[in-house]
Amino acid sequence: MRVREATVERAQGANPALVCLAAWAVPGLGHLWFRRRFKGLVFLIVLPLMFGTGLWLEGQLFPFELSQPLVALAALADVGIGVTYLAAKALGYGGGNVVAITYEYGNAFLIVAGLLNLLVVIDAWDIALGRK
Amino acid sequence: MSSHFLLLLVFALFVSIVFAVLLRDDARSQLRFGGLLFGAFVLSAILLGWLMYPFPL
Repeated sequence: MRVREATVERAQGANPALVCLAAWAVPGLGHLWFRRRFKGLVFLIVLPLMFGTGLWLEGQLFPFELSQPLVALAALADVGIGVTYLAAKALGYGGGNVVAITYEYGNAFLIVAGLLNLLVVIDAWDIALGRK
Repeated sequence: MSSHFLLLLVFALFVSIVFAVLLRDDARSQLRFGGLLFGAFVLSAILLGWLMYPFPL
């Protein structure tokens, strides 16, 4: 209860857009911002781990190919994980190995990790607005 | 790691943890909801696998 009250007080002074940007960039940072440490730490550990597993399984970070809408949507989902995506791209990971037996699994891990982080961002948005 | 079932378990574990922590607030209900979700993932995958068994690739 005390955590909730403290969160509402903090939420009143926070810019929701900035909270969302932080929550997108680093999974769990939005929750850590409002002192929801357990939730924040779980997201901070589990989501990048899931994304890393996807890369390890030789999944692909899809390009923004607007001529292929499903590929573009997959790329959008991949970006959902934030800075982890940018780091993976910069380090040359995520090329994907189509003939690997785990390729499709890797894609599922990468896409779902990004989408889950977007849900976490929406949750942080709700907290910032004092709804939760 | 090429075991489909093991990959399914790892995937279900990650997703269950995130949903349980996101949608429930106290530790007890997080554990309960996470366990339920994980079980539902695994059972439904096994069930769907058996339902698809008669169909050729």
